[in-house]
Amino acid sequence: MIQLIYLTVLLPFAGFLLNGIFGSKIKNEKVIGWIGSGTIGLSFLIVVGAFFETLAFPVEQRQHIITLFNWLSVGSLNVSIAYQVDQLSLTMALIVTGVGFIIHVYSIGYMHGDKGFWRFFAYLNLFIFAMMNLILADNFVLLFLGWEGVGLCSYLLIGFWYDRKFEKSTTSDAAKKAFIVNRIGDFGFLLGMFLIFLTFNSLNFNEVFTRANALNISTTVYSFIAIFLFIGATGKSAQIPLFVWLPDAMAGPTPVSALIHAATMVTAGVYMVARCSIIFASAPAIMTVVAVIGLVTALFAATIGLVQNDIKKVLAYSTVSQLGYMFLAMGVGAFSAGIFHVMTHAFFKALLFLGAGSVIHGMHDQQDIQKYGGLKKYMPTTYKTFLVAAIAISGIPPLSGFFSKDEILWSAYANAGFIYWFIGVVTALLTAFYMFRLLNLTFEGKHRFDVQHIHPHESPNLMTIPLIVLAVLSVLGGFIGIPEIFSGEHGNNFHGWLEPIFANAQVRLAQYGSHTHFEEILLMVLSVVGAAASIFFARHVYLKNQKIAEHTASKFKGIYKILFNKYYVDEAYDKAIVQPIYKTSESLLWKITDVKLIDGLVNGTASVIDFVSGKIRKIQTGVAQTYAVVMMLGIVAALFWIIYSL
Amino acid sequence: MIPIEFYLVLSAFMFITGVVGVLTRKNAIIVFMSIELMLNAANLSFVTFSSFLGNNIGQLFVFFVMTVAAAESAVGLAIIIALFRNKLTINIDEINILKW
Amino acid sequence: MITLQIILFSVFAFIAVVTSILVVTRKNPIISALFLVLNFAALAGIYLLLNAQFIAVVQVIVYAGAIMVLFLFVIMLLRPEYEKNFFEENPKMKWLALTVGVVVFFQLIYTIFFGKLSAAIHQNMAKSVEIGTIESIGRGLFTTYLIPFEAAGFLLLAAAIGALVLAKKHFD
Repeated sequence: MIQLIYLTVLLPFAGFLLNGIFGSKIKNEKVIGWIGSGTIGLSFLIVVGAFFETLAFPVEQRQHIITLFNWLSVGSLNVSIAYQVDQLSLTMALIVTGVGFIIHVYSIGYMHGDKGFWRFFAYLNLFIFAMMNLILADNFVLLFLGWEGVGLCSYLLIGFWYDRKFEKSTTSDAAKKAFIVNRIGDFGFLLGMFLIFLTFNSLNFNEVFTRANALNISTTVYSFIAIFLFIGATGKSAQIPLFVWLPDAMAGPTPVSALIHAATMVTAGVYMVARCSIIFASAPAIMTVVAVIGLVTALFAATIGLVQNDIKKVLAYSTVSQLGYMFLAMGVGAFSAGIFHVMTHAFFKALLFLGAGSVIHGMHDQQDIQKYGGLKKYMPTTYKTFLVAAIAISGIPPLSGFFSKDEILWSAYANAGFIYWFIGVVTALLTAFYMFRLLNLTFEGKHRFDVQHIHPHESPNLMTIPLIVLAVLSVLGGFIGIPEIFSGEHGNNFHGWLEPIFANAQVRLAQYGSHTHFEEILLMVLSVVGAAASIFFARHVYLKNQKIAEHTASKFKGIYKILFNKYYVDEAYDKAIVQPIYKTSESLLWKITDVKLIDGLVNGTASVIDFVSGKIRKIQTGVAQTYAVVMMLGIVAALFWIIYSL
Repeated sequence: MIPIEFYLVLSAFMFITGVVGVLTRKNAIIVFMSIELMLNAANLSFVTFSSFLGNNIGQLFVFFVMTVAAAESAVGLAIIIALFRNKLTINIDEINILKW
Repeated sequence: MITLQIILFSVFAFIAVVTSILVVTRKNPIISALFLVLNFAALAGIYLLLNAQFIAVVQVIVYAGAIMVLFLFVIMLLRPEYEKNFFEENPKMKWLALTVGVVVFFQLIYTIFFGKLSAAIHQNMAKSVEIGTIESIGRGLFTTYLIPFEAAGFLLLAAAIGALVLAKKHFD
């Protein structure tokens, strides 16, 4: 199965071609949907097979490279289309194909009746193709190809309903924003790649990382490389300062939000940092930057999510916040903890989004939670799975979110210091609060809509079964990463599985002393108690006594306004960056460079040629004697030459 | 004995006279006659060298030149006649359609 | 010393030069044609001085006798109007042509006198008498240069047909 790993990339591409070329002719939705889902399902099976095969190998031999062909061979740059099957890429591949398959099946039900049904599945398959390329690549160039590919698919899918309005502009504007902001990050990534090639003379992962391990290169070089790579990661994974595209990306259909903007694409940045762990570990200053930005983003987004009224917006900011946690983990050197959180987050965030989609579907495209209320009796399955996900994300044991979030918080305390842990815990409390605010306002309490005219209904099986599967995973998924204090000498299974990848990086990082088990358990208990308290407080406010919420809002009107308007970040960017660029483009680049210079050059060349040829054509007089004169002049010249040579 | 240069200078002079005639006259028939003058200058040159070098190739070539000149003048005059029928003029300046 | 050869050469050369200038400069085409005939006659004389008997006779027969007659026929058929004075129309072009002519003439003179003509080139009297005869030319034509000879025949055939086709009146 390991040898067939390239099929996991090619099968989705084949699905894209099939649905893309023939999709508009196939009138049967089921066929299109199952072609789209079937390719991903097959890929998932192949990945599972490869996973078990890899398990059978001893730890030192768990990396396999499957080369398809040599792509670029220029000087010392050798880039092949080759796929690297090792523990990290297998983990990511399992997440992508597994959760991807579930979401594809869900989409068959969600997108029912849409006139662009075939286009949707074609784009989804293309996305999986690009994402698999990104994850399985064995060199930076192929990774970058996947990186750009997922950016493209994100653009295509956000703007899927291209004729719809979205907030103050259109869905295409949201799609363009995503693409452009991503591009800014990609610029940083490219600079990082150039520096890597300059320093290590190669872009192949194995070559670069072995050289990084062996050679003695200054920390400054590593810092520059790391910061550029991290800029790329902030773009793709929506951290400060390039997170602004993710809330706008909610203009796309909900399965898109679930797949791309929760489970897979936004984790590409985290994966990239994990893959380049040794580079980051060699630049301690940048590790601090990563951790701080992750932490600040987590807190920042959580505060915004507190007051949003659109169900998908809350989840979007929640995603930004959880991604901040993952980068916090990376920044403090707990790489496998970060990947663990990627996995569990994929489960419960996808579940949350799909559940939200179910609600939106049932409420006939209404997304404002102020118009929800009491839906649990109309949509029981959705309610139950949503509840499971909310508990998981709040970090209540024994669900998966607890294990991954707790490991991150513990690593922050142990490796970085108290303040990191403290802010992390505050964010966790906020997470629990806004999540249960969302749950209570949507499903519990009294109806805030007109029951006579709007009949909410449960979604069909095709949509609820994926919800149930994801709920099970959210509950059970954490058990592979039980920390050492509980599982004794077995150690943390997940951590052990990924350890060889990060071994070199861990050596680079100095361990900040040792801590006792007691501290760990104490902190764990504190965070769980705090989360539970948040949940109850949310319940109290939004179910029993809503006046508290309104009272607080009116008392702190200023803060409320700032939070509601997302700290005015979009407006600030618009004023500071977008408008000046727009004005410069219009006045300088368009009116002067384009119209005067370039058009002038092109038209000017034409008119010069016109003028000159107008003069030259008079040579053709039509009178033979003129030509004879010219011939004689030629003979004069020839005779001069003969005389000269005599 | 007349040195070879005299013959050659004479040939050159006749040639140049013919060239000037071709370039300046407006009457097509005069132009043809100037062309014949040029051909004859060349013939003279050939015969001179043939005589001085003792080889009869030059004179044989003159034979062929005369043949060609005859053929060419016949066809050329026929063309002039055809041209005259259409344009009623043999002034070269007025036969200038193939121009800008 | 003044030999008969030199006198004859001077006379013939003088006639040739003068008539060639007159051909080019006269207004009346018939006068030009007649002077051209005189030019050919002078040339025939010069050929005889070079012992090229066959060529001299052929010159008179073909050129003066056939070609010029043809020219005169055509001139009288078409009756072109007299040209204006030599330098009236488009004087610039005429000055240019004259200049070019003079320049080429001097270039040729230079080449003749300072070129690498062998200084020891003398008229080989006995040999040139031998090669100028009809017998010698005929031998060359019908043995070594047979193919060009036949080709010339074809050429003349083509020219005859061509002249016929081009000049005939079209009967519709």
